Amino acid sequence: MKERLVLVGNGMAGIRTLEELLKIAPDKYDITVFGAEPHCNYNRIMLSPVLAGEKTIDDIILNSQEWYDENNITLHTGKTVVDIDRRGQKVIADDGTTACYDRLLLATGSNPFIIPVPGHDKEGVIGFRDIKDVDTMLVAAKQYKKAVVIGGGLLGLEAANGLVINGMDVTVVHLGDTLMEMQMDAFSGEMLKASLEERGLKFRMNSSTVELTGEQRVSGLKFADGGELEADLVVMAAGIRPNIDLAKKVGIHCERGIVVNDTLQTFDPKIYSVGECVQHRGVAYGLVAPLFEQAKVCANHLAGYGIAIYEGSTTSTKLKVTGIDLFSAGDFHGDESSEDVVMKDASRGIYKKVVLRDNKIIGAVMYGDTIDGAWYFQMLRDETDVSDFREHLMFGQAHLGDSGHGGSNAASALPDDAEICGCNGVCKGTIVKAITEKGLFTLEEVKSHTKAAASCGSCTGLVEQILASTVGDYSETPKKKAMCGCTEHSHDEVRAAIRDQKLTSIPAVMSALEWHTPDGCASCRPALNYYVIAAWPQEAKDDPQSRFINERAHANIQKDGTYSVIPRMWGGVTTPSELRAIADVVDKFEIPSMKVTGGQRIDLLGVKKEDLPAVWADLNAAGMVSGHGYGKSLRTVKTCVGSEWCRFGTQDSTGLGVKIEKMTWGSWTPHKYKIAVSGCPRNCAEATIKDFGIVCVDSGYELHVGGNGGIHVVATQLLCRVSTEEEVMEYCGAFMQVYREEAHYLERTAPWIERIGLSYAKQRIVEDEAGRKALYARFLVSQEVFQIDPWAEAVEQDHIRKDYIPIKKLG
Amino acid sequence: MSNWIEIGKVEEIPKQGARVVETAKGDIGIFRTLEGEVFALRDRCPHKEGPLSQGIVHGKRVTCPLHNWNIELESGEVVAPDEGCAASYPVKVDDGVVYLSLEANPDNS
Ligand code: SRM
Ligand SMILES: Cc1cc2nc3c(=O)[nH]c(=O)nc-3n(C[C@H](O)[C@H](O)[C@H](O)COP(=O)(O)OP(=O)(O)OC[C@H]3O[C@@H](n4cnc5c(N)ncnc54)[C@H](O)[C@@H]3O)c2cc1C
Ligand code: SF4
Ligand code: FES
Repeated sequence: MKERLVLVGNGMAGIRTLEELLKIAPDKYDITVFGAEPHCNYNRIMLSPVLAGEKTIDDIILNSQEWYDENNITLHTGKTVVDIDRRGQKVIADDGTTACYDRLLLATGSNPFIIPVPGHDKEGVIGFRDIKDVDTMLVAAKQYKKAVVIGGGLLGLEAANGLVINGMDVTVVHLGDTLMEMQMDAFSGEMLKASLEERGLKFRMNSSTVELTGEQRVSGLKFADGGELEADLVVMAAGIRPNIDLAKKVGIHCERGIVVNDTLQTFDPKIYSVGECVQHRGVAYGLVAPLFEQAKVCANHLAGYGIAIYEGSTTSTKLKVTGIDLFSAGDFHGDESSEDVVMKDASRGIYKKVVLRDNKIIGAVMYGDTIDGAWYFQMLRDETDVSDFREHLMFGQAHLGDSGHGGSNAASALPDDAEICGCNGVCKGTIVKAITEKGLFTLEEVKSHTKAAASCGSCTGLVEQILASTVGDYSETPKKKAMCGCTEHSHDEVRAAIRDQKLTSIPAVMSALEWHTPDGCASCRPALNYYVIAAWPQEAKDDPQSRFINERAHANIQKDGTYSVIPRMWGGVTTPSELRAIADVVDKFEIPSMKVTGGQRIDLLGVKKEDLPAVWADLNAAGMVSGHGYGKSLRTVKTCVGSEWCRFGTQDSTGLGVKIEKMTWGSWTPHKYKIAVSGCPRNCAEATIKDFGIVCVDSGYELHVGGNGGIHVVATQLLCRVSTEEEVMEYCGAFMQVYREEAHYLERTAPWIERIGLSYAKQRIVEDEAGRKALYARFLVSQEVFQIDPWAEAVEQDHIRKDYIPIKKLG
Repeated sequence: MSNWIEIGKVEEIPKQGARVVETAKGDIGIFRTLEGEVFALRDRCPHKEGPLSQGIVHGKRVTCPLHNWNIELESGEVVAPDEGCAASYPVKVDDGVVYLSLEANPDNS
């Protein structure tokens, strides 16, 4: 018989936990859900847009009755659980319904805090928490004129804005002198107040309510300063309190919330708890993103995997009042040990403040222009050292060369037919439709359902914005990102384990790190293969079956299943006999197309797979080897003519390029790797958009790193200057080796440098001479193993060659 | 009943890999999983006809080399959220020899 799981609380955190659980252990439990509200699970955070008339209740349902049916979940709506028989493992609802459990999950959320002043129980006094409250407000707006919202925080302002839109005369009563003081500093709070006043909201600041007056229904408020205000409706938005009544009653240890450990378990080991009702490491959360992180960890334990750990969350806030852009995260007040970087442009309505400690972001507040909120927040969580680009910090990510997608960055202003994803031709309307119809929450889900942002990824930011404006702001990536669905471990953890435990094969890694799947997936296997061979070049054995087809077949697959072949042309230099041999191969195998590539060599396109070995044999015979145009490896070393011919050339850029290519070809890297050498600062080889670029100058060589000419054009940064070719070779090999050893699979040098900081690269390569020499030595050792021509290997070895031909040809 | 055609030895198909059988009606991919199970699918991805035999095989699935759709080796069904189905063919291994039938499984041709 299946085990029984009972969930008390049919809300966002509880149901999210079930969804995560069903993904990894669909058949483990018979599940029963109790919900006090008479509805299926809905998106509570969208109640504000419902109140404002921008959405309907139907738009915000997350799980319809069919979802519960399809997953065989017994749902009791409109039933409040009033008791738990912990010894008998049974819950009891107010109407007498009972359900037995092996595991119980409490996700009872929280209650609005109703300030206990005299009159607080009169008719017309409500909180802002559920559909019922929204209905009450909408009805009141039709019958009455005056509303008061107590509390100028996020919820209070959203309620007040909604009531104004519904035609009421609304005053926000606030205890302090800054609105949203939990999220805003005084300056941005003032800007916010001014723009809300423009929308018709009134404010009574520094006011403490002492009594609600009226007969049966409320008719006014009295304040500590003696003032009074009329009101037919009072919305209390003065905070929330974890709903722990049930847990407390049955003796589960509670403080402010239900106390849980890092696995979301309460003091009763059979009972777990997630959501706003819990207190974890002393903190109770009131936003969705952390609850979703809890849900994921809790599901992992309910499924019996027992490896995930919840370590708490950093949260960020956005206000959902259409037309007002506000973002805040972390500690934005700062103290003596921190510094503020501030940008104010009051006439454009823009204010940004970033708080730094030791050159790391600890908090940020933004008003008016919040496009970079996610970027600051990411750096805050990653504890990125910003010293290398501090002067650009306030201008945003766009100024780091990451120019975004087609220059547009305000997704909400775009029409439905605007193309968001240029690779897959996905329009905004399609994305919005998929999000609402299929109940998508995360970037990953949108990617897999719509394909938007699933190819080159340059529209990721836009897709995230559309997601935020459609379902609310969930743009939380957990602090530690798992490599893929097969594991909980991050890239860095996996790399460290491979190094420290000397894991030299993919099965060894999967068993040491307890992979969930028997042989991984198409995303982790290529990464693991790279990590083991990069860490243990001499011991690990390469696994072709874990390589993407291009690397397995040493050629690029084309849309029709044929391949392209690019022979290496050292430094872009060629000879008549090479060109003749290439021409002969094209004739002999009737190759349909030839093209000069962007990498200074010639591409033969449309070769049949079974012809590949024979094509290579002919090219090999003319002295040519694979150009690795297909690999996460060294691609090309582009050169210009340099001092040998050019009237401006300062050094032999062509000759140096050839030497470098002869040293670096054949090496495997986390992503593709391109080098160029220009003979003078005119830079005809475009060295300053390469992973490693050399610009020759009269006194020697400038070494540049971290450039990228692809999706986001990023110019290199100067690493250092050196004076001899020998030094160039050493620095070049050493830099490539740190990248090989430390970057994540599929992370090119530009994002890697942005993540680790140029100072770190300088410290490893320029300042630490012994370290540089050691890196260079390791690079050369791994080249002894990998610098082989895979074409020649396939031509010479029968068993490899056979894989290129059909196993059988039938009639 | 099925008309079994001898294809070759099972070791000729790499584990976690595939080989192609050419037929008059187009290629068929013969896949072999880590556990040693053998499956046959029409070598055309339901998306844009990518050659499935060239993809990465994991579990009982293959990831298409062109745009990363995942296809169930057993049924040819595309894994959600993508949709579609590649025809699957009966295969069996007898004494280390692989046999294929060219009559596609009825439920998914
Ligand atoms: C053949 C070539 C286009 C051409 O006809 O000129 C080409 C063709 C492809 N490029 Fe490229 N790129 C080619 C030069 C470039 C350049 C120019 C350069 O190297 O100076 C760039 C920009 C520079 C750079 O990389 O920083 C370039 C940036 C990209 C990108 C974006 C990379 C990025 O980090 O943003 C991709 C996508 C990827 O790698 O994920 C890509 C991917 C591809 C792929 C591999 C797409 C694919 O997965 O099938 C194409 C393979 C076609 C084939 O079968 O040969 N190609 N690609 C060029 C081959 C150069 C060579 O001799 O090896
Ligand atoms: C108007 C509004 C706007 C918000 N905006 C945002 C925002 O922009 N961003 C953000 O991150 N967060 C926002 N939040 C907060 C967010 O909605 C909550 O953090 C989230 O819903 C909490 O999830 P939960 O599952 O813990 O609680 P809930 O979603 O409240 O679910 C708890 C459920 O349990 C039920 N229940 C309680 N006790 C019992 C019992 N004994 N028996 C049966 N059922 C019971 C309750 O009726 C409720 O349905 C907003 C909240 C509101 C009200
Ligand atoms: S060659 Fe490069 S730019 Fe051209 S279509 Fe292919 S990936 Fe896109
Ligand atoms: S052709 Fe297979 S995924 Fe596109």
